[in-house]
Amino acid sequence: MAGYLLRRLSSALVVVLLTTVLLAVAVHLVPGDPARIVLGEHATPDLIAIVRDRMGLDDPIALQVWHFVSGAVQGDLGTDFVQSVPVTSLIGQVLPDTLALAFASILLALLIGIPLGIALARWPGGVLDRVTHGLSMVFISAPAYVTSLVLLLLFAVKLRYLPAVGAGQAALPVDYLRHLILPALALAVFWWGYLPRLLRATMLEVMGTQYIRNSRAFGVRERVIFYRYALRNALLPIVALFGLMIGYSLTGTVYAENIFARPGLGSLALTAIGQRDWPVIRGVVLMYALFFIFGNLLSDLSYRLLDPRIKPDDDVEAGG
Amino acid sequence: MAIAEGDIASRPELPGRLAGPRALLWQVLARPTGLIGLAVVLLTLATAVAAPLIVPHNPSAISMWHRFKPPSAANLLGTDDLGRDNLSRVIYGARLAAEIAIPAVTSAFLVGLLIGLLAGYFGGWFDRGLIILIDTLLAFPSVILALALLTLVGHSIVNTALVVAISFFPYYARLTRGLALTTKYQTYVKAERALGAGQARIMFVHLLPNILPPLLVVVAMDVPSAIVVEAGLAFLGLGVPPPTPDWGVLLNDGFVNVAISVWPLVGPLLAMVIVTTGFTLLGETLRDVTDPRHAGVRRPARFLGRGVR
Repeated sequence: MAGYLLRRLSSALVVVLLTTVLLAVAVHLVPGDPARIVLGEHATPDLIAIVRDRMGLDDPIALQVWHFVSGAVQGDLGTDFVQSVPVTSLIGQVLPDTLALAFASILLALLIGIPLGIALARWPGGVLDRVTHGLSMVFISAPAYVTSLVLLLLFAVKLRYLPAVGAGQAALPVDYLRHLILPALALAVFWWGYLPRLLRATMLEVMGTQYIRNSRAFGVRERVIFYRYALRNALLPIVALFGLMIGYSLTGTVYAENIFARPGLGSLALTAIGQRDWPVIRGVVLMYALFFIFGNLLSDLSYRLLDPRIKPDDDVEAGG
Repeated sequence: MAIAEGDIASRPELPGRLAGPRALLWQVLARPTGLIGLAVVLLTLATAVAAPLIVPHNPSAISMWHRFKPPSAANLLGTDDLGRDNLSRVIYGARLAAEIAIPAVTSAFLVGLLIGLLAGYFGGWFDRGLIILIDTLLAFPSVILALALLTLVGHSIVNTALVVAISFFPYYARLTRGLALTTKYQTYVKAERALGAGQARIMFVHLLPNILPPLLVVVAMDVPSAIVVEAGLAFLGLGVPPPTPDWGVLLNDGFVNVAISVWPLVGPLLAMVIVTTGFTLLGETLRDVTDPRHAGVRRPARFLGRGVR
């Protein structure tokens, strides 16, 4: 386990480092003058000169990489072009809103998804099972912007129960939570399609194993077998899923923030793209990548930690 | 070992050995989900091909006297902010979706296949170096990677396809590499090598045909994922530029005007839901048929490994 932990952590670190390097040289990967690429075709020569200077584009590329990476390690992602504010402080202002949305959606997903999955496994082939099967296919297929727009149509335009614009005031918890409901729902829909199916399948698999049959032969009550013996094992993959849920939900927030006009990382990125503010775009992309890498790491480690049956990694197994 | 993906995500989600295509087709058709899925997929492709023939109106014909009309006999889904026929625009959207997604996925697959095959076959430091690079690219959710790239290269239909291809190919490289690794230790490959076959021959005559069929299924089922990314980028105003009737552009037009009329949104929303669900149904059925062990469970890799949404 310790060896695995070390290897997994170090490989995650390498990926983080390479990601940062990649973002540092990104403007040089596209053919053409980097300053012009960043600013667009209609940039004035003055502006290009300023950006060239600010980004240190005349320095050797290795030096540029060093500046960005060493800065990033110290929590400095440069300053933005528009207001000359540190990128990290721009990110810091909106990060709580994005994280609140991501975790609210994960919470909603688990609160509905797990009980539903248990019910499906308890009565497989029942009415509930059949009704939700078709629906789950729709749910796992619909992208976040489609679910967001459907909810916007339903609630903001037709029913008008819930606020659909903005994040509300953080000082008023009720107001803030009410503004979270619609976007969080939009991102939870995918998991309502996915989680119950996963739990149902894992439960049915566990219920067919030898130790469950043995417990039955010993006369253990069915409820105890189901909830205490089987469920505990079947929940393992879901716990490991948590890390992946972080990454997924964060990607979805880009759309949900845009559609429900919420402040957040996604909105920040889109505004920055509109203003061709490359340092901000680069910083936000790095943040997403970091969360994504962290989520995957969390998922790997928790899975390994919780389920000792998982084999140590060998290369032949680990494609994909 | 997978670096950027989770253990549960790194299990390649591949069907086992495939039956003949005809037997497979019958097995798919025997299930209601397969029947519906295949019907939707074929209908979508037919719509894409025949769009100019079946549209009731010119999708770009502006009519300022007929803005935001509700559905009527003349305009079954109403009209948009410039009086254009919503239904015709949605139908043309299928064509654009196919025009972008199919070339994007195909080129991503070809590049990924080649890289994965080389990495898996040669192994060693070459493999390790490539895999680290691939894992770095996989660390970016596709939408985010595409968003950053599009900012740099500028928006257009071709660039959208290119960017989607770039964000998809690392996934195929990893998938192919995993398969190549397992296949190269098979007895028949060893036997071939003992008989003195060259490296290229082993790779392309022996490995490739064996790993291709399951990969093709995965790739075909990724077309809607590409549509989702492509339309998503267009929706954010970063992909296909308006007034091209891309579904993402339509969604954005409808979103901007949602307070005035809901009808411009209804068409593209329905189209997206129907098409993605159709592909999912077909994909699930194909997997159930070819690999009954995983019946009913969709491992998250396909959605989350690349963070497609």
